[in-house]
Amino acid sequence: MHLVYPAVLAVLLFCTGVYGVLARRNAILVLMSVELMLNAVNLNLVAFDVWLRDTLHAGQALTLFTIAIAAAEIGIGLAIVLQVHRNRGTADIDRLRDLREPDGAGPQQPADHDEKAEAAA
Amino acid sequence: MTGTGTHDVLAAQAHGFLSPTGVEIVFLLVGVVTLGAAIVTVTTRQLVHAALWLVVALGGIAVEYLLLTAEFIAWVQVLIYVGSVVVLLLFGLMLTKAPIGRSPDADSANRPAALAVAVAAAAALVWVVADAFRTTWIDLRGAPQGTTKVSGEILFRHWVLPFEALSVLLLAALVGAIVLSRRTERENTERKNGAR
Repeated sequence: MHLVYPAVLAVLLFCTGVYGVLARRNAILVLMSVELMLNAVNLNLVAFDVWLRDTLHAGQALTLFTIAIAAAEIGIGLAIVLQVHRNRGTADIDRLRDLREPDGAGPQQPADHDEKAEAAA
Repeated sequence: MTGTGTHDVLAAQAHGFLSPTGVEIVFLLVGVVTLGAAIVTVTTRQLVHAALWLVVALGGIAVEYLLLTAEFIAWVQVLIYVGSVVVLLLFGLMLTKAPIGRSPDADSANRPAALAVAVAAAAALVWVVADAFRTTWIDLRGAPQGTTKVSGEILFRHWVLPFEALSVLLLAALVGAIVLSRRTERENTERKNGAR
């Protein structure tokens, strides 16, 4: 089999996942897109392991480890999303903006900066 | 002469019913289905349907593993991803009270930027990968490389320490998920007072 087929399929799946992570609003849909990206990496690992005929089968072992870590990640991630939903009443990522910078200004407002400097003095 | 003949017969038996060209054709078809399901997963406006299309995408990847003779990983993929991760995601959708029907605000406002980034990344990566591996073929003849026997031997002969470390990580994740999702005593009393 041509090695390009699995490699290109993995690339396209990864980019689909990138689009999902960037474009989705619901946190659980973002987690689904992360799963797609992880699966693309796994496909690459298996394809290159079979191509190289590695005696240690490092690619397949690493794929199993990635699957287990992805399972742990989805468990913790869903627990966090549920906790956020319980506290805030929403699981939409772009409504969780407590850490954003204030609108209409650069990274540091000059006036604020002066006031803080005066307060410190 | 006899040796090669026996080897060919064994290889044919080991490789199953698909010819090399057949494997390529099936790989391409399943790949198209997988990619289509993945695209529907990230674009559909019905949240539950996204989880169900994710099942199709992950199952397609399991079939691709089978075609690449990585049999054990294919079944692990079916068990863990299709069996438990998607169920967890569906539970998450249920517990966050996701709307069942069409939700118009499934995509955020930076969708064009996301599309641009994804298309640019796909174009660059496909170009590089196709150019780098244009003359490389995977040799799928001979004994399958990912049977349960082979995987078990390498996993418990060469990869034992990472395997055990991974079990500790899974335990930590389990405890962490429980700690995160159980209510504290204070929250319970607040909830009771609020109910009254």
